[in-house]
Amino acid sequence: MQFMLNQTHIQLDECAPDTTLLEYLRTHLVQRGTKEGCASGDCGACTVVLAESGGDGLRYRAINSCITYLGAVDGCQVITVEGLSHQSGQLHPVQQAMVDQHASQCGFCTPGFVMSLFALTHQPQEPHDTTPTERIHQALGGNLCRCTGYRPIIDAAKSLLSVPLPDAFNEREDHVHRQLNDWTAINEDGCITLKAGESRVFASPRSSEALLNCLAHYPQARLVAGGTDLALESTQQLHSLPQLIYTGRVAEMRQISEREDALVIGAAVTYSEAEPILTHAFPALAGLLHRLGSLQVRNQGTLGGNIANASPIGDMPPVLLALDAQLRIRDAEGVIDMPIREFFTGYRQTRLPPGGFIEALILPRLQPDSFLRIYKLSKRLDDDISAVCLAMHLQLDQDRIVSARLGLGGMAATPARAYQAEAALIGQPFTPEGIRAAQRALAADFTPLTDVRASAEYRLRSASNLLLRAVLEYQGHSSLEVSYHAHTG
Amino acid sequence: MRTLAETPPTTLTEQSFGGVGTTVPHDSARQHVMGTARYVDDIAEPQGTLYAAVIGSRIAKGRIRSLDLKAVAAAPGVVALLTLDDVPGHTDIGPVFPGDPILTQSDIRYAGQPIALVAAISEKAARQAALLAQIDYDAQTPQLDAETALANQQLLRPSHRMQLGDCATALQQAPIQLSAKMQVGGQEHLYLEGQVSLAVPGEDGDMLIYTSSQHPSEVQKLVAEVLNQPLHKVTVDMRRMGGGFGGKETQAAPWACLAALMAAKTGQAVKLRLPRKDDMVMTGKRHPFVNRYHIGCDEQGRLLAADIEVIGNGGHSPDLTDAIVDRAMFHADNAYFLPNADIRGHRVATDTVSHTAFRGFGGPQGMLIIERAMDDIARHLGCDPLDIRKRNLYAEKRDLTPYHQQVEFATLQRLVTELEQSSDYWARRKAITQWNNGSAILKRGLALTPVKFGISFTLQHLNQAGALLHIYTDGSIQLNHGGTEMGQGLHTKVAQVVASTLGVDLQQIRITATRTDKVPNTSPTAASSGSDLNGKAAEQAALTLKQRLSDFLAEQQAVPLSQIRFSDNQVWWDDHQSVTFAELVQQAYLARISLSATGYYRTPKIWYDREKAQGRPFFYFATGAAVSEVIIDSLTGEYRLLQTDILHDVGKSLNPAIDIGQIEGGFIQGMGWLTTEELVWNAEGQLLSNSPATYKIPAISDTPPIFNVRLFEQANAEATIYHSKAVGEPPLMLAISVWSALRDAISSLSDYRISPDLDTPATPERVLAAIEALKKQQEAS
Repeated sequence: MQFMLNQTHIQLDECAPDTTLLEYLRTHLVQRGTKEGCASGDCGACTVVLAESGGDGLRYRAINSCITYLGAVDGCQVITVEGLSHQSGQLHPVQQAMVDQHASQCGFCTPGFVMSLFALTHQPQEPHDTTPTERIHQALGGNLCRCTGYRPIIDAAKSLLSVPLPDAFNEREDHVHRQLNDWTAINEDGCITLKAGESRVFASPRSSEALLNCLAHYPQARLVAGGTDLALESTQQLHSLPQLIYTGRVAEMRQISEREDALVIGAAVTYSEAEPILTHAFPALAGLLHRLGSLQVRNQGTLGGNIANASPIGDMPPVLLALDAQLRIRDAEGVIDMPIREFFTGYRQTRLPPGGFIEALILPRLQPDSFLRIYKLSKRLDDDISAVCLAMHLQLDQDRIVSARLGLGGMAATPARAYQAEAALIGQPFTPEGIRAAQRALAADFTPLTDVRASAEYRLRSASNLLLRAVLEYQGHSSLEVSYHAHTG
Repeated sequence: MRTLAETPPTTLTEQSFGGVGTTVPHDSARQHVMGTARYVDDIAEPQGTLYAAVIGSRIAKGRIRSLDLKAVAAAPGVVALLTLDDVPGHTDIGPVFPGDPILTQSDIRYAGQPIALVAAISEKAARQAALLAQIDYDAQTPQLDAETALANQQLLRPSHRMQLGDCATALQQAPIQLSAKMQVGGQEHLYLEGQVSLAVPGEDGDMLIYTSSQHPSEVQKLVAEVLNQPLHKVTVDMRRMGGGFGGKETQAAPWACLAALMAAKTGQAVKLRLPRKDDMVMTGKRHPFVNRYHIGCDEQGRLLAADIEVIGNGGHSPDLTDAIVDRAMFHADNAYFLPNADIRGHRVATDTVSHTAFRGFGGPQGMLIIERAMDDIARHLGCDPLDIRKRNLYAEKRDLTPYHQQVEFATLQRLVTELEQSSDYWARRKAITQWNNGSAILKRGLALTPVKFGISFTLQHLNQAGALLHIYTDGSIQLNHGGTEMGQGLHTKVAQVVASTLGVDLQQIRITATRTDKVPNTSPTAASSGSDLNGKAAEQAALTLKQRLSDFLAEQQAVPLSQIRFSDNQVWWDDHQSVTFAELVQQAYLARISLSATGYYRTPKIWYDREKAQGRPFFYFATGAAVSEVIIDSLTGEYRLLQTDILHDVGKSLNPAIDIGQIEGGFIQGMGWLTTEELVWNAEGQLLSNSPATYKIPAISDTPPIFNVRLFEQANAEATIYHSKAVGEPPLMLAISVWSALRDAISSLSDYRISPDLDTPATPERVLAAIEALKKQQEAS
């Protein structure tokens, strides 16, 4: 593999395939500006920025280097805190703003904030009417600071957004872009990115066919998409993962296409990449997407990974259940489309055939009389895992419920439909009285667990209350979410 | 009084001086943003460094039946193992009282308790090897409940009692009596930099320790003791911590001791860095408390008697629990006069990790109970809680604490009045009530709460500090003192003191790592005392050198001493004649004047008679007040903080930017403690909230969209360093306003007739439970 670390070209072939980018930076290269706070993608101290070729320029995205496998940055420019300031000692505008606003105290989280801010200032202007505060919350929601209370960091970010300053990276962009494109051309057929001996490999197939071959050749290999969950097996459980097959370069899995009746989204498309098209087709999804992990996680995590992972607390499966999405599954036999409701079979168990993979997701579009609401409950608003995630998809005829699909997360060993509650909704008026039976039926659909995030009682009670919230929002035509009111006053 | 916005931002390049009172940036700000600020884990390891991993207990209580480390020893890359048998010196590293075994091979007292240490050629190899330990246990059921522990008299230290007047009689005669009990949750420090030490063996038994610790002298002492060496062979070097918050006061030492033991055993440097999960499982937290009050008041809500009991859950060993429960008791009055008081504090033992110092040191837990009482009185009488709080504030002839220290009340009174006006409390109260009447599901709440926090270590001998100042022949100055830098800007403030004292630019002064071989026998950087103590010690050192230079110049120029003046990097002997500081230093050197001095300070006036539970434990009080407004969702218990206004008293600020940073950061940290930061142990005594994925500290959007923080700038009446006041801990308790505002919003659902129970942390789940309980109570009545 080859990549640019700041302005330095690095060529590397022999390295353990489960080496993380952070481990490589800190241990192999002894570049220690990038910090390890948690090694689980939950604090942002290790944030670095990846620059990749995207269209006619470079696309910059902040990622957690602690849960990114080194092989995944093949062909990218990796920008770290060491690469920002000028050799003369002159600070990058982002760094200077942080100093001017007294935005560091202990300083340990600071390199991560600096890199997230750097990525923020290199985003194309958002087309829709996102406020600076919302942009800042989105960009920095995955960076924890335990000292400052964030106010000076917010002020530093505001100052940067109000007067964008061109930097050395803008000047070098064309050069870097050409360089990365050249590598892509060279690498087109290469499958093995890294190896350590014969049996330990990190493979990056470029097509579905190549991926099938890889899976056949390394039947024990683990598929890695964003890796935001898989990497925890390396950093937390310390498992050795000798064979990794990376899906992030598989062309078919990276496509997004819009059909008349549905969106088809490649399984290796990241949340960030899918966000514009998803929120356009499903406006109710915007709030959830902004709270799904952190920006760093959304920049890495993929829709397919979240499903294949089959975690009971993934946030997208409840939505996909409510939308009655299909999964396009490919294996040596060919391609089948499977309804997602049939996919999950038990705790982290699925119907994915051995040697197969999810190639794409097919999301049917909403009908004119569709009513879609998506709610997430968690202790903290940003970057927290749901205690309860509820997606409600109704077809309404004159306020009467014609069809209903409820997808819930956090309520059972898998993301699941609430079939009894759905049945209780159909034919009823969409009113507080009309949903009462469905509220009661949730207790028949689910026997949730009590765990570190919430008690069983809270899960049932709040899920039931969320049905009421949906009715009240429908009747009152306004949001009843407190976070909405915190911004609108 | 001034806000930060009104203070023109000054940087060192714009204004060269940077003395006391200016808003110079943190001395490491540039290194922080460049990633060049070096933390222990960033130091390039000496050749042959080994990496250590801790093998901890998987059970919380019981005994080890058999310990088999053969597979660990045989794992790839493993070089050495260390068990209790390898410890040449002390095996108990309890910081104040015994009770903390460095390693165990028999009794298990908490989940994660260290049993052995493995060292390997890489961190990964060490951690992977540690997983291979085969340990059989006789497991018992852990006892985790504080009230059960008290009932069983499982006490870490004797209980303590403070009394004023005749509480029992006054309570009996009070026209209104109320009582309540509440659970107060603990708190994980979650410093972004975890615990880490690097031990480098030297010649003849010397050991150099790089550690992330608030208390280098204690690390030195404990390392020497476990190695069975005199203290002079151990040197501790501490440049900066990536956050401390009390979590590195005593809790940094075990890892330094283990690294040193392994380094002594192998003769190689050893680094021990706790992975985040180990850090969260193996180190102590803020103490959870159970508090009760039984109060009596008159019809106006004025307190007549307060019977208060606080139970601090110390975990398995005393650690600092004695002083922490004392401080909870010292703050059970917060800002209010309790004419008759009976305050009892218990220190109970449970089968968890040993709880420890955390910003506020028991004070916040104590304050919560009286703030709860204020709200409860208000609901009982149908008054606004602010009126009740104002009626009970310390005031003229109502100024004696339950431990018989006089309170300087005027500042508190003025603070509350000014904030009440500047935050527009009453107009907002009216608007909120109106808004709530029109909103069935969402409700808003508002609260103003004050803080009065005692400044000084309550352990008297800790109130001392030393400094060492060198002036080199080019006029540059190297400053060293006993305090440690954990982000609070201590080094910046102390350097500003020296710059002001010697009349030189701040850039002239280089602050070096805190080292036990430069300033010995230091106190922990804790109790908010860092700049009070070390600022004074450094000033003393600077004054000594100033005196020597003045004497020299006075003689040289044949002028009286009183005419010599140090300013603008010059030393003046009259209004027009001066010599540069560097030149004078050069001349003084040639004239054989010593250019190095130590400084020393001890806090005056403080004493406490524990037998009588009376005295003056605190040199002075730091005060502040906050108003917070929240919105809650009565369907889910979710909430947001909408606005906070703070007015806080730091005396004459040494550095307004740094002080405001402490206030804002303390407030948000306190808010986390009271809202989303929930420690969860299961019945087996395992900590389930053991990573930042399951333990949620505030994120950026939790900072209120409107956040007005102002300094109440009035000189400290006591002769503190430049009449400033300590600022590290007091602002944390301003966050009680958020909790109180949540209770206010919940109470609105009963038209402010019911004062809801709301234990902390007030997670959405607890808020919803409080709402449901309130609705049930309403239906019943």
